[in-house]
Amino acid sequence: MRRDSIVLLGVNHKKTPLKIREKMALTGGYVEPLEKLRELDGLKEYYLLSTCNRVEVLFVCQDPERMRREVLDLLFAGKVSREEVAGCFYVYENEEAIRHLFMVSSSLDSMIVGESQILGQLKEAFRHAAEQKTAGLIINKLLHKSFSVAKRVRTETRIGANAVSISYAAVELGRKIFGDLRGKRVMLVGAGEMAELAAEHLVGQGIQEVVVANRTLERAMKLAARFKGRAIGLDEVVEQLLDVDILISSTGAEGLVLFKKDIVPLMSRRRNRPLFFIDIAVPRDLDPEINTLENVYLYDIDDLHNVVEMNREQRDKEAVKAQRIVEEETLKFQRWLDGMEVTPTIVDLRAVAESICQTELAKTLPRLNGISTKERKCIERMASSIVGKMLHHPMCYLKADHGCVDQAERIVQVRTLFQLNEQCEQCKQADD
Amino acid sequence: MSYLLFQAGFAAYFVTAVIYTVFFFSQKNKIRNVARIIFIVAASLHTLNIIFRYIEAGHTPITSIHETISFFAWSIACCHLSFRWRYTVKNSGTFTSIIVLLLMLASSLASRELLPLPPEMRSWLLPVHASISIIADAFLALAAIGGGMYLLQERELKQKRFGFFFSRLPSLDTLDKLNQHCISIGFPLMTLGMFAGYIWARQIWGGRPWQWNPKVVCAMITWLFYAGLMHQRFTLGWRGRRAAWITVIAFCAVLLTFWFVLSGGAIHAT
Repeated sequence: MRRDSIVLLGVNHKKTPLKIREKMALTGGYVEPLEKLRELDGLKEYYLLSTCNRVEVLFVCQDPERMRREVLDLLFAGKVSREEVAGCFYVYENEEAIRHLFMVSSSLDSMIVGESQILGQLKEAFRHAAEQKTAGLIINKLLHKSFSVAKRVRTETRIGANAVSISYAAVELGRKIFGDLRGKRVMLVGAGEMAELAAEHLVGQGIQEVVVANRTLERAMKLAARFKGRAIGLDEVVEQLLDVDILISSTGAEGLVLFKKDIVPLMSRRRNRPLFFIDIAVPRDLDPEINTLENVYLYDIDDLHNVVEMNREQRDKEAVKAQRIVEEETLKFQRWLDGMEVTPTIVDLRAVAESICQTELAKTLPRLNGISTKERKCIERMASSIVGKMLHHPMCYLKADHGCVDQAERIVQVRTLFQLNEQCEQCKQADD
Repeated sequence: MSYLLFQAGFAAYFVTAVIYTVFFFSQKNKIRNVARIIFIVAASLHTLNIIFRYIEAGHTPITSIHETISFFAWSIACCHLSFRWRYTVKNSGTFTSIIVLLLMLASSLASRELLPLPPEMRSWLLPVHASISIIADAFLALAAIGGGMYLLQERELKQKRFGFFFSRLPSLDTLDKLNQHCISIGFPLMTLGMFAGYIWARQIWGGRPWQWNPKVVCAMITWLFYAGLMHQRFTLGWRGRRAAWITVIAFCAVLLTFWFVLSGGAIHAT
């Protein structure tokens, strides 16, 4: 039987323009697409991740070529043409897929390297997959590992020190437009987590007031209470823009929320005081034409990328360290994965048994006085035959076709029962 | 003596401009402090030069081309330094010092001869009219420098390509405020200078002070530009790019007027 492949398919902010990404984003949540993927019987395990910068599918299957096509067709048919998809998707398999996932979780692949939001998003995505029972043994282990890699990177490098994600870029640009952010007012449209973070950062810079507009007023009030601001309904946004200087939009709406024609009459009533729009929603909320107005500055998520790019150099050093950690962990995981095959498990099992045998013999034989070589051989043979007999059934269990328990599952059982992972580490260390 | 001081001032301005340019690239605060000190020294030398020239000539030294341009350069330098007390505009020193240096260069190329003052110019209105007008022009020059910086910075922000200038130029708001401050000082001074010129013209030509010559027309057009801008800013809140453009264009008109004044000779009635 061929070994299963781990495949990772995705688009991210590096290769794919926002225009295509926003069409692909899974706006309706994870439940539906996860349910849809269940139709493909070639998929053994899978999970989905969709953030504003990336859409990724990770799955385990036998035939990666075929499954890749089927998954893409299933998820994105009707949204984007095949040609468009082909040009911008990346596909990683096995070791590369593992490495990529670790890079993503530890925020090395993020638009803003070192930001921490991605880990939360990853956990959220995994939770859905776990609830829908689409994540099996390998994905479970892989995702958990990716969380711990992220944690390791965060504690061992200073990569997170400079990056506070989009918020950082928003503050930097706000300063270039307004000079001083003190006394300015900010409005959040849509009460997303990212907008919340940005607002928090802006408040730290002395923003006077935070106004929260949301579809559900309750959520808006909750968020507004956090910043001691006020909550308004979505239909009041244009009117309230008169007093606001910065607007951060992050609604989950499918189409545009604010148009150029809404803003034009506003500017003369504002006496042309500058307005700074930040659109962090995917798909976009704000009409790109807004940027053509005088004294109005509109930045979408890709534009913010450019701002962040400027601060790159100092982070690159830490990124090298972080990449080394990812590399290490990828190798470790690969080793675990290799162990998940029948043959290496049998080899490990034998090795462990053999080493127990040798240790016990080494303890016992010196105590027996005056035995002949022949007797000594007999004892040795007896010990190894006991071990061999003990191992016979576990070996059969591993090798046989078993109706109800999956082979991968059985391998884990045996490895856990005999503590093969730990034992083998010790054996290797002893050898070294 | 005055010429020696002029040369020294010129050299100091040169050093200032070079150091400010170095600072513009390296962005090290230490360098800026050095540049600022040398700038102050240069302006002081220049001040002494004007005082000495006043003593040598026996009248306010704003009559020949050399003197006028030199006085203009001195006014810009002093206005810039006076602004530093109020609030700082990041990196404006580089632009200002280069403009001052260029004016000094132009001034040094003109004839430095001390011309005897024609009799009709011997009036207490000479220092009033000339110095006020030139100081007004200096403020308007700073406004134009600010306007130019604004346009550069605004372009980077709108096009979202953050190049060389983005981190080096101050915020749009600072530049817009600089523009407003400079014009709200420069415009009244300009009006005052023109009024002094009008009175003076009445003294010389009696009841026919308004003469249709290019200089006067040009000065009127310039005045209208600034008056329009001030009006729009206060009533409609014009600001930002539009204000910056008008400031730059209006300053071109200022320069044109200035050129007419200079080419018209010492007394500009012809």
